[in-house]
Amino acid sequence: MIEFRSVTKEFPDGTVAVEDFSFVLPSHKTTVFVGSSGCGKTTLLRMINRMVEPSSGQILVDDQDIADQDKVQLRRSIGYVLQSSGLLPHRKVVDNVATVPVLKGVPKAQARSEALALLDKVGLDRSLAERYPRQLSGGQQQRVGVARALASDPNILLMDEPFGAVDPIVRADLQVELNRLQRELGKTIVFVTHDIDEAFILADQVVIFRKGGVIAQAGTPAEILADPADDFVASFIGADKGKRALRLQQREDDRGLTLVVDGDGRPLGVLDRRATS
Amino acid sequence: MDLLLSALRWIVDGSHWQAGSQSPLPIQDRLVEHLTYTAIAVVIAAVIALPLGFLIGHSGRGRQFVIGFTGAMRALPTLGLLFFLLMVFGYFLSFDTAPIVGATISFVILAIPSMLAGAYAGLESVDRQTIDAARANGMTEWQILLQVEIPLGLPLIIGGIRAAVLQVIATVTIASYAGLGGLGQIISNGIGNNNYDLILGGALLVTALALVVDGLFALAQRATATRGLTDTRPATAARRRPTSRSPRPHASENA
Repeated sequence: MIEFRSVTKEFPDGTVAVEDFSFVLPSHKTTVFVGSSGCGKTTLLRMINRMVEPSSGQILVDDQDIADQDKVQLRRSIGYVLQSSGLLPHRKVVDNVATVPVLKGVPKAQARSEALALLDKVGLDRSLAERYPRQLSGGQQQRVGVARALASDPNILLMDEPFGAVDPIVRADLQVELNRLQRELGKTIVFVTHDIDEAFILADQVVIFRKGGVIAQAGTPAEILADPADDFVASFIGADKGKRALRLQQREDDRGLTLVVDGDGRPLGVLDRRATS
Repeated sequence: MDLLLSALRWIVDGSHWQAGSQSPLPIQDRLVEHLTYTAIAVVIAAVIALPLGFLIGHSGRGRQFVIGFTGAMRALPTLGLLFFLLMVFGYFLSFDTAPIVGATISFVILAIPSMLAGAYAGLESVDRQTIDAARANGMTEWQILLQVEIPLGLPLIIGGIRAAVLQVIATVTIASYAGLGGLGQIISNGIGNNNYDLILGGALLVTALALVVDGLFALAQRATATRGLTDTRPATAARRRPTSRSPRPHASENA
């Protein structure tokens, strides 16, 4: 469990990124922070592993104030995946994955063999282990980034727009893959994105932010879709334009097929008959 | 052309390499002196400049200092500095030590700017995201410096050392003005005696020495170039476009 207690962050230049933010992120669930750039979501994420120090307020992980913990040890106990994979370009894939265990003092040979097993887990071929990050595609690099974050078997996984820089097809793959991994591992994931659809795919709990780290609405994807708190949320998720209010439509020539259309009558797909029976 | 051939003949003449010949011979003694002064100056300069450059590059503080300082230092005429220091140290030190101290300090001051700039620029060239990720993964600041910044900045760091060494090799020629020998001794002796073989031969020796040492550095730079940044064997058809995340400027840019 990660708990924010009236956390404020004011940067030296006077910008207030987050003001009096209080929130609880449940364990073993995926919480997605979503909002447009500059809403403070990344700042909040980076406060969890003390890459950013709050100006005031407390952050507790499993009821322990992280301000009392050693920064370096704390960071080693939390997985972190960045938008740019952030891999070390001069180290082979396998050594990148083994980074944190080696820092923690696990013998190198053991760390490397465990790293290979992790490559399997994130769906990468072991033949890539001896490559350098530059030699991988963007999607593969992100998978290596995820493997590295998982290497020390952390309870918490922080993901800062990890799929933001890959193309839409690969992104969709990675999202499905992350959901599969999460079902298997049950980590406490904090995921930051500006893509509301990505948030709905991944989240157990979605937190939509306004500027200044103010929560516009928090809830499950269904709760938010069904009942946007206000106009801001409605426009953010696209409900105001009728994008989210789907209807079923049967047309005469369709031989009994049922279309799914959005508020403007734009067909989105066909209703799967197995779903209704 | 005749002068050049004559000078070359003078260099390869075995009798000029005979141990115990009269000053400014034998050549190898002057060569060893030249290299010794160079090595001493470069090592002292490295001990001062590299840690300072790493500190500035790592912390990002003092950037203005580097730019201003290295610019000002580079404008300092080494010959003038040498005479000034000889005069100053002449008051405090004995007749034997004043020249060596004065000359060494001038050469160290000559070598520092390039090395400082190289060390700083090497660290500065490392992608901020890579460093941020290393820190977020729980590397200590020392581990970031030693395992990330220095290895990735190595080509520029060595480039700075390379530039410094070349400058010092060329400039140690003036050590003979302080009575310290070196290859400059051959040249000044030639000037004194109006002997073009000595003047040109000495100059050619300095040039050859500089080229050889520079070649060695070029090899070292290639050997230490980070493999992950140069090896471009494609992994898949969907390989990422070569966005220059961690720029690795060509080595000679700094030399």
